[in-house]
Amino acid sequence: MKTTNFALVGVGGQGVLLASDILAEVGVEAGYDVKKSEVHGMAQRGGSVLSQVRWADKVYAPLVGNGEVDYLISFELLEALRWLQLLKKGGTAIVNEQRLPPLAVSSGGMEYPGLEQIKKALAAGTGEYHLVPALAKAEELGTERATNVVLIGALSKSLDVPEDEWLKVIERRVPEKYLELNRKAFAAGQTL
Amino acid sequence: MKALLSGNEAVARGAYESGVVFASAYPGTPSTEILENIVQYKEIYAEWSPNEKIALDGAIGAAYAGKRSLAAMKMVGLNVAAEALFYSSYTGFDGALVIVTADDPGMHSSQNEQDNRYYAKFAKVPMLEPTDSQEAKDFVGLALEISEKFDAPVLLRMTTRICHSSGVVELGERKAGVPERKPFARNAMKYSMIPGFAKRRHPVMEQRLKDLAEYAETFPHNKVEWGDRSLGVVANGVAYQYAREVFPEASFLRLGMSWPLPEKLIRDFASQVDKVVVVEELDPFLEEHLKMMGIEVAAGKDFFPILDEFNPGIVRDAAYKAGLVKETVEPQKVEMGPLPPRPPVLCAGCPHRPVYYLLKKYGLVVNSDIGCYALAVLPPIATTDTLGCMGASIGVAHGINKAGVEERAVATIGDSTLWHAGMPGLLNVVYNKSNTVTLILDNLTTAMTGHQPHPGTGRTLMGEKTVKGDFEALARAMGYEEVRTVDPLDLKETEEALKASLDANKPAVLITRSPCIFMYEKRPGLYEVDAERCNACGRCFEIGCPAVVRSEEIHEKSAKAKAEINTILCFGCSVCEQVCARKAIYALEE
Repeated sequence: MKTTNFALVGVGGQGVLLASDILAEVGVEAGYDVKKSEVHGMAQRGGSVLSQVRWADKVYAPLVGNGEVDYLISFELLEALRWLQLLKKGGTAIVNEQRLPPLAVSSGGMEYPGLEQIKKALAAGTGEYHLVPALAKAEELGTERATNVVLIGALSKSLDVPEDEWLKVIERRVPEKYLELNRKAFAAGQTL
Repeated sequence: MKALLSGNEAVARGAYESGVVFASAYPGTPSTEILENIVQYKEIYAEWSPNEKIALDGAIGAAYAGKRSLAAMKMVGLNVAAEALFYSSYTGFDGALVIVTADDPGMHSSQNEQDNRYYAKFAKVPMLEPTDSQEAKDFVGLALEISEKFDAPVLLRMTTRICHSSGVVELGERKAGVPERKPFARNAMKYSMIPGFAKRRHPVMEQRLKDLAEYAETFPHNKVEWGDRSLGVVANGVAYQYAREVFPEASFLRLGMSWPLPEKLIRDFASQVDKVVVVEELDPFLEEHLKMMGIEVAAGKDFFPILDEFNPGIVRDAAYKAGLVKETVEPQKVEMGPLPPRPPVLCAGCPHRPVYYLLKKYGLVVNSDIGCYALAVLPPIATTDTLGCMGASIGVAHGINKAGVEERAVATIGDSTLWHAGMPGLLNVVYNKSNTVTLILDNLTTAMTGHQPHPGTGRTLMGEKTVKGDFEALARAMGYEEVRTVDPLDLKETEEALKASLDANKPAVLITRSPCIFMYEKRPGLYEVDAERCNACGRCFEIGCPAVVRSEEIHEKSAKAKAEINTILCFGCSVCEQVCARKAIYALEE
């Protein structure tokens, strides 16, 4: 089976790590060898978060370097640019249309990049990119916390794994009372 | 059964499967989740000890008592526990002990980048190094067997990427046949290290090292993987995995035991390949040994960096420069201008923030410590002058005040850090009489590593109720006359107490007590700015709260941005309301 490398990026507290847990377990369900790598600790305090997941027949390294990622899933616009160099030539970026200005912007003197600038960089650094309203979809369903599963739904369209496998892992990872919500979030992501 | 486990979860599982009955640690990234996972296994007694030395002493005691025990710590924790490591290397045990040291190449959450393989050589104990989660689990059991067989503590060296990467692990059952406890065999000549007895133990240790070196030759995880013999790669730990991807055709010598080294195996491997390269993170530990053995190393630290952690890209680039591979991956260059950084910051509502706001106002020399409040080194707070290691703040402040500087030096230290390594320093200030004010930033938890209980919280790792340590009583027992306690979210009260502590001009303790925001069920309030009243003076920005942001509304006269509150981030601590002279910030009903 084809080796597939994913990078999930965002801001501490956005649910990046749960999304990468789901992605890793789906890989196992689909019969791949899987490794996942992330850093805990200081990263939680509103800092930039990066998690990598790899699917292959045999995975050695738990992470890859710049220019080796197939899918960049960004939970935030600025973070998509920050980690864009991870993407290989012709790679795909799926980017949640959410702006979370860091302190350097909100109370410092720096500028948050404009939407045109972001689109230009994404066009130059990807084979294809999709700006998706994952946050808006999650809010329609009642909570911004479902943004991560909406993004997973959006990613699932690009991957050759049956829908059942995704839902099986989501059922395992999500508490009973949020299950229906997350099923809807996944389905909403698939329409984006 | 298979499961996707992080390296830390795998170590916990390994402890369970291999019959460990006692486990102790002090929380520290990247090792924290080992004990957090061990505690789910009811068969194992597990504790957060006040510091790593106490954790290791306890695990040594359990091994003296004939049990299988485990102590876990981040790499700098082994500095704290070093004294215990050394005596336990002399004594050995009837039971067995594995010491997990989690190194942090790349310093994701550490103050240095030390390579703890040197501790194995230094203390003359064996060290195992897993390359993935499966080995992390298996090596716990192997380490305990080696410990029993050779009467020595065994170091298990993890690194951040082994701790925090997940892989598929085959699970087993808890091992049957390990005796729950052997009887404690009293033997003062072996377990009491007075000089006369220690002198008799030293030659035993030297012989043990020779026996271990012999064992290393056949240790199943010191493994040759033959491929193309034009290139022979010697590698260990996660660096092995990166090298495997970069040199898919090469021959490998993978060293699962990094001390003592299997010299015959290494020589044999080196003699059968055209060229030897060593791929290891941090220091040239293996490389130096190979060179000492007279083996020519075609590429080592001259190409593979001594700094930072590796990834396959870094290893490939270095291999390309060394002429070992024909091409490397060129990342795309996308022009996007400078991006605003997003470093971690103290949370909105954090009770540490107002303390540093006041320390900055008084221009004090601030000597700080290890915890979330280390973030006060950086903008926007930028109010810390020195920060070294656990407990350093108080001793350094004392030295600065004794040496004499124009400004007064103070110490800031968290609650868990004070229990860990702050008490002797606190005692020294009052014993040797410096006018140091020590601020104990008591947020009632070990916040940075994920809110573990500590001796001041009244709870244990296993969820039992217990005594609560009392900082006020502790300071008084040490002889402090100036002891004050305030709520740091009350700026006026805190400022008055700070002034009084400084004015007393003698040893003083100021406890600022307010819970970490993660301990609340819901936020206590929410604030908003009345844009009409705001005159853009900027005082609220000086607090450095991520919830207080620049509004798009500009004040006419000053042409400066007015303030606005991010209602998602605001926690309702009220500190911005307290600094606003115009009373433009007010509480909202939620």
